Amino acid sequence: MYPAQFEYHKASTVQDAVALLGRLKDDAKLLAGGHSLIPAMKLRLAQPKHLIDIGKVPGLSGIREDGNSIVIGAATTHWALESSSLLKQKLPILPEAAALIGDPQVRNMGTIGGSLAHADPAADYPAVVLALGAELKAVGPKGERTIKVDDFFKDVMTTALGPDEVLTEIRIPAPASGTVGAYKKFPHPASRFAVVGVAAVVTLDAKGACQKASIGITGAGPKATRAKGVEAALQGKTLDASTIQAASEKAADGIDIQADLQGSVEYKRHITKVYAKRAIEAALARAKKS
Amino acid sequence: MSKIRMTINGVSQSHEVEPRLLLVHYLRELVGLTGTHIGCDTSQCGACTIMMNGMAVKSCTLLAVQADGAELTTIEGLARNGQLHPVQEGFWEKHGLQCGYCTPGMILSAVQILQRYPKPSEAEIRHQLEGNLCRCTGYHNIVKAIQYAADKMAQK
Amino acid sequence: MATATKLFGASIKRREDPRLITGKGNYVDDVKLPGMTYASFIRSPHAHARIKRINTAKAKSAPGIVAVYTGEEVKTGPLPCGWLLPGIKIPPRPVLAQGKVRYVGEPVAIVIAESLYAAKDGADRVEVEYEPLPAIVNCEKAHAKSAPQLFDDVPENQSFDWSIGDKAKTDEAFKSAATVVRQRLVNQRLIPNAIEPRACMASYQPATGDLTLWVTSQNPHVHRLLIAAFVLGMPEHKMRVIAPDVGGGFGSKIFVYNEEVAVSWASKALGRPVKWTAERRESFMTDAHGRDHITDAEMAFDQGGKIIGLRVKTHANLGAYLSTFAPLVPSFLYGPLLSGVYTIPTIHCQVWGVLTNTAPVDAYRGAGRPEATYLLERMMDLAAKTLKVDPAELRRNNLIPADKFPYQTPVAFVYDSGNYTVALDRALELVGYKQVRDEQERGRKSGRYIGVGISTYLEACGPAPSQVAGQLGAQAGLWESAGVRVHPTGMVTVFTGSHSHGQGHETTFAQLAADELGIPYEHVEIVHGDTAAIPFGMGSYGSRSACVGGSAIHTSVQKIIEKGKKIAAHLLEAAEGDINFSDGKFSVKGSPDKAKAWGEVCLMAYLAHNLPQGMEPGLEATSFYDPVNFTFPFGAHIAVVEIDPETGHVKILRYVAVDDVGKMINPMIVDGMVHGGIAQGVAQALWEWGAYDDNGQLLTGTMMEYSLPKADQLPSYETDRTVTPSPVNPLGVKGAGETGTIASTPAIANAVIDALQPFGVTHIDMPLTPEKIWKAIAASKKN
Repeated sequence: MYPAQFEYHKASTVQDAVALLGRLKDDAKLLAGGHSLIPAMKLRLAQPKHLIDIGKVPGLSGIREDGNSIVIGAATTHWALESSSLLKQKLPILPEAAALIGDPQVRNMGTIGGSLAHADPAADYPAVVLALGAELKAVGPKGERTIKVDDFFKDVMTTALGPDEVLTEIRIPAPASGTVGAYKKFPHPASRFAVVGVAAVVTLDAKGACQKASIGITGAGPKATRAKGVEAALQGKTLDASTIQAASEKAADGIDIQADLQGSVEYKRHITKVYAKRAIEAALARAKKS
Repeated sequence: MSKIRMTINGVSQSHEVEPRLLLVHYLRELVGLTGTHIGCDTSQCGACTIMMNGMAVKSCTLLAVQADGAELTTIEGLARNGQLHPVQEGFWEKHGLQCGYCTPGMILSAVQILQRYPKPSEAEIRHQLEGNLCRCTGYHNIVKAIQYAADKMAQK
Repeated sequence: MATATKLFGASIKRREDPRLITGKGNYVDDVKLPGMTYASFIRSPHAHARIKRINTAKAKSAPGIVAVYTGEEVKTGPLPCGWLLPGIKIPPRPVLAQGKVRYVGEPVAIVIAESLYAAKDGADRVEVEYEPLPAIVNCEKAHAKSAPQLFDDVPENQSFDWSIGDKAKTDEAFKSAATVVRQRLVNQRLIPNAIEPRACMASYQPATGDLTLWVTSQNPHVHRLLIAAFVLGMPEHKMRVIAPDVGGGFGSKIFVYNEEVAVSWASKALGRPVKWTAERRESFMTDAHGRDHITDAEMAFDQGGKIIGLRVKTHANLGAYLSTFAPLVPSFLYGPLLSGVYTIPTIHCQVWGVLTNTAPVDAYRGAGRPEATYLLERMMDLAAKTLKVDPAELRRNNLIPADKFPYQTPVAFVYDSGNYTVALDRALELVGYKQVRDEQERGRKSGRYIGVGISTYLEACGPAPSQVAGQLGAQAGLWESAGVRVHPTGMVTVFTGSHSHGQGHETTFAQLAADELGIPYEHVEIVHGDTAAIPFGMGSYGSRSACVGGSAIHTSVQKIIEKGKKIAAHLLEAAEGDINFSDGKFSVKGSPDKAKAWGEVCLMAYLAHNLPQGMEPGLEATSFYDPVNFTFPFGAHIAVVEIDPETGHVKILRYVAVDDVGKMINPMIVDGMVHGGIAQGVAQALWEWGAYDDNGQLLTGTMMEYSLPKADQLPSYETDRTVTPSPVNPLGVKGAGETGTIASTPAIANAVIDALQPFGVTHIDMPLTPEKIWKAIAASKKN
């Protein structure tokens, strides 16, 4: 219930934070909203000897357009994403997913960067950023680098970020015209984490056939992944009910699903397929609206 | 030890604290405001909800040092000059509490709901209460209390 | 003469609320004392193990540590079990483990420090070496020679073997039955989770020998008696127990727990206050759990669809030790409830109370009655399917008719009053039964699966006539106390042995007393929760506060009115029999202007200048009200649900509750009780489960795994009343605290199974998770 002792450092810039990480290495963790880290520290699952607070580093939060991309500061809160009129207009799948994270109080503090860096296998954003083909900018001792989201999630709570890097930005290339997306989630009744969450981003051509599909799945396995089988089964096809159904059958392929109190492997495979189908259908419904 | 300074219910507070001190413990033990309660270990129950810089947050999931420089409102600071906030009034009028333990956090969450959604539907209210657990009321009258407050605030 | 608005029956706002809505409540963890120390407990990580060695040296030298104690030092009497059944085995339950641990979370040592965090850090430095032993968590499997034995002298882990009813007669009835319905039923373990965790602070004053214990208790006097006399071995009158604002109990705060004794012992040893507040994880592991029955039930019907017999065999999980009232719950609060609202000529019930390596089990909202009602209502629905009869009609044909009261059941109880058919009809009307069934029909044709679940229930509350309780094994009386003290200015203080931890007694008891005295509500103050102020009381549980506690208040008020009449008669120079008392005025019958106001009489009682010959001054009365019977609230709940066949998710479309709790002091508060009870009962049907793995590790040990219901999972409830006053007490009240929980679990379970009827599903054990529902559908599709 109470964290173990640690030393507290306030970073005033990203460079500050990078330098501190470089000095303190594995003994240090970054603190943004703290709503993944502090619960872990209270249960003593995490016991960092040093905390580097980047919560007040200027320029790390905000949502803006940059040419053809949307750029989101890593320290942007879920509430800011949930309530962003820019995102509702340009990338509604993001505020849709953000609104499903945790609860309102958690959303006031938790940040997209914190959530992505923490890489909880049942977090919501990973599925969405995978489906959106995001790029993640990290700053380390050697300077800035861009990590493609497909390379970002490595394993359970393990990302491509180095121990001395700070995630600073999430950049989402503007989707091609005719692109719609939706996020569907089966929340754990107690924790409200995703037992399974599917982000479906589909680009339809002028005739309404699927030009491109990008499906991100979270919750089912040790990390969020793209459902390549589903994507391939949708590509180039008219998305009628039977096509969607057949494609969704592949949603659980390649995911190492573990049984728990919420379900056996068999059930979790099944609902992964169901939620894939529902996410695709919901994305299409958005297309019909616009 | 870290030196922190913040305004709580309009009063300036300053203390030296261990960095690991949770904000809720800071409020209850050092500042002496025991109206904010602790109900769980895993940030589910919301009994610890306060307002920080105008937003409802779970004070059990914040370090006191994170609140340095912030403006906080706890349940004790919600009524002004003896005048209850319409949400407090609603909870009283509509029997929105029984044991009272979840109530401070529930009330502050409700204040935020009405700040953001002045005319919430029942479904919206229930969805926005995801972060607050009550074991006594079954939520029925809490919804009624918030609807009462919404109506009252709409009249002003 | 104008009558003031009647307070009894009025839905007035609560007096408790102003302090609670402004953060000025006074809960145990809020209490601070100078020199206060903080305790943290070291607990067993194993479900079953021998303790080989405990090393406290490192902890003792940690910063801020004041003391560390283990079972070596803390030698007290065992935590008592206050209900004995014939032949029961009650193994000793130590305050800190002695040589062996028997459930995960069992306290092994206590660390006391100058600060909260130092206590936790210090506790981490206590080293305990264990020799793990095989564990057993399933109470059926534990009931075997081959199972790991928790205690050397409790073979097959059987604490008791208890029966009720006529076995021979029941067996006969089954032989002649036209239809027998059989079902194995699991009533799964629940964890109460009041939002306020358990807490206690003990303060021993060496100079006076007084011990004060603040504790989250539903019954402070019971805590005092048991801890002082039976565990610590100190004079009862030197201990004071204060249960201030308490954040919910639901039964879990009735019992005497290890920690409360340990901090008391430690405060005595140190001469300083010692405070402990549970972390939620500790609550999960150590608050008394609820339910956990495995049952084989059989119901016999004649040709006409009338129940002719019920046969029940139940294994009841008691956990690793017997909690304070544990034996009562699966015996006398269960077996005698098995007639329910039905005419059942013969019943036999056998219960084995079995120990396992899990947290001790005891009363949790409903305590035995939810288990009985779930059984009856599931069996009725199963029978309705088998007999191809509408479930409402099957019930209607078997309800005890209204003219049969008082009604003697074949399992001891005599029901006081009831009109079950009216409640059922009202519920069917409210829900629009025919329309719902029509919608269900239409839905099934288009792939929508709607289900309707009925629960006609009865419960027994307001425990209990003390003599009967004693015969049944209670080690206590079950009366209630009320001191009513009138002050010289006519203001009144009521000292009640009941305790309010959400029930609103400060409001309702004031309504009751003010109403009977005809004085303003603001002139009556209710005091509860402090053994120093209040005569011995038995506390609040079993929905007894209105019927037993309220009746005690009534009795004391009547004594005061009687004395007041004598004084008034004397002052008015009239015969005592000629004095009327109403609306706060004593007047002479026939001459209403010959009167004395309440205030005048009260003042004279204390001035004593002109009192009847031989009368003592003062105006106060203390009563101990012993109920003559249980009371029997009843009703009908109907739930309408829809199943998503693809995922198995359940959506509650409507919830209708018609309850008869007799007369009501404050209907708004009764509604609140029903709402909260429904939420807990629904949660058992759909979400909650205190699940252990085979090694005795609690899988649902935090609020991240244990699914307490949230606002977005529940509907608003449609509630209504019938009012059949109870003839059993002077107030005509029955009790409303637990009816919601008792009725709702089977209403929802029946609705879900009903929704799945097209798939041929007849039964699924709770909690009815999406997976279970989906699996049942998938299995039926294969067949």
